[in-house]
Amino acid sequence: MQTGKISRFSKTVLSLGFFFLYAPILILVIFSFNKSELVTVWAGFSFKWYGELFRDPQMLGAAWISLKIAFLAASAAVVLGTMASIVMVRMGNFTGKTAFTSMITAPLVMPEVITGLSLLLLFVAMGQSLGWPGQRGMLTIWIAHVTFCTAFVTVVVTSRLQEMDESIEEAAQDLGAPPWKVFFLVTLPIIAPALMSGWLLAFTLSLDDLVIASFVSGPGSTTLPMAVFSSVRMGISPQINALATLVVLVATIAVFIAWWVAQRSLRVTTKVGD
Amino acid sequence: MSKLGARSVIGVPYVWLLLFFLVPFIIVFKISFSEMQYAIPPYTDLVGWADEVLTINLNLGNYYYLWDDSLYAKAYLSSVRIAFFATIGALIIGYPMAYAIARADASSRNALLMMVMLPSWTSFLIRIYAWVGILKNNGLINNALMSVGIIDQPIAMLNTEFAVYIGIVYAYLPFMILPIYTNLVKLDNSLLEASADLGCPPWKTFLTVTLPLSKAGIIAGSMLVFIPSVGEFVIPEMLGGAETLMIGKVLWQEFFNNRDWPVASAVAIVMLLLLLVPITFFHRYQSRELEA
Repeated sequence: MQTGKISRFSKTVLSLGFFFLYAPILILVIFSFNKSELVTVWAGFSFKWYGELFRDPQMLGAAWISLKIAFLAASAAVVLGTMASIVMVRMGNFTGKTAFTSMITAPLVMPEVITGLSLLLLFVAMGQSLGWPGQRGMLTIWIAHVTFCTAFVTVVVTSRLQEMDESIEEAAQDLGAPPWKVFFLVTLPIIAPALMSGWLLAFTLSLDDLVIASFVSGPGSTTLPMAVFSSVRMGISPQINALATLVVLVATIAVFIAWWVAQRSLRVTTKVGD
Repeated sequence: MSKLGARSVIGVPYVWLLLFFLVPFIIVFKISFSEMQYAIPPYTDLVGWADEVLTINLNLGNYYYLWDDSLYAKAYLSSVRIAFFATIGALIIGYPMAYAIARADASSRNALLMMVMLPSWTSFLIRIYAWVGILKNNGLINNALMSVGIIDQPIAMLNTEFAVYIGIVYAYLPFMILPIYTNLVKLDNSLLEASADLGCPPWKTFLTVTLPLSKAGIIAGSMLVFIPSVGEFVIPEMLGGAETLMIGKVLWQEFFNNRDWPVASAVAIVMLLLLLVPITFFHRYQSRELEA
């Protein structure tokens, strides 16, 4: 595509677009420092809502549960997603590949209420016939999150695998390395940045999920979005603004790190001539 | 690769997805034919075995109920309508942005793309919640307009369909921009130059060259916005109020408020059937991307 100086059209479009995307977030951040209870009237600067957020045991407990689930779900999703990507890119055709591809692409767009309901009914049916899982809670949320995160990780890792120069793998093979060694010593280091961005994506998706977790959670496993949702339902609360600001801060830092790592490694390992 | 190794690399994700993605749909389908009961589990068995008699009870009542009560048809229709127009809205805002990013010089493209993606890395719920404070009657927009004196009564924006459109466009915009950008950035510049050399005005080049060549990206982006929007729960719940009828909200209420799992399952199955064509569309595009 044509490159060159950004035209006036582009500038206008991008400024308007980014204003639309960022203004609401900026407003949340600003009003998180508001002294007043009213979210829309400025009454002076204060850290009061942050203090209140950190003294709220329910929020803190829910945040801790969410972080644990997100960490474990993202890690498992990276393993499964990487395996799925290798199947997609390197395995050629096999019986059932179309079904496999559909099970990778469909979760990307499946409405969450459907995924949530269907997984809950599966867990209930399994509990009835196998006696497992006996109770719904962190484990069932973890399974649900791994399942939909795997699809997203697969998309990220697949595009990196496709860019990668396959002849490096072939060279290692020709020199007598067994397949597992080729994978761990050659392929894995090259696609590592994609695994990292896949992991981060899965982590945020899991941390963010309200609908699916609501269906498959049980007593004592209230996640952060569930706690936020029930507090927001009661009405608007500046404490949520404080939480939002922290989330924005963490996300920004994480994205910058991921971007920086990806940029650096891209220069090193992309196919010659790309 | 050794046969065993290859099989387990295929097998592990395959079995996981079969068990936790495909099998659940079969169970939803099954339970949509059962009846609600006050017990654990709260639905009746389809197959019974008593006194050496095998009974199969297929209860079509749930589907008949969806057909009979006009609330459901209305909810499906308005979900599809809202999702459709929100998708158009996202396309109108997203396409020019994707175009502008694809035309920027290579060094700033990645930074611009990151700026598009960054909001979706922060909480979805919180971003929707942000609009509550902006749109409500004593919210930012109304306060600003009233203090300037343009209006003296607040305009009702929260708890309307309008707010739902804003929410969907806002939340899903990055998913529209990304595939269109991926498509536009691959566009061969010489085609545009050829068109210009032959005397075609820029707007005509856009309509006859750029737009048709970015069709795949437009379809993928539109499906990424449209399909999840049809079943959206959070946005209509938080911004739409009681007035806005959407099927994701109906399903949620059937399940959590009425505790009627069979009807909720039937609602889900009909929604899936409605979305089958767009999902197939999306699948065709995405599998080409994955296998290319």
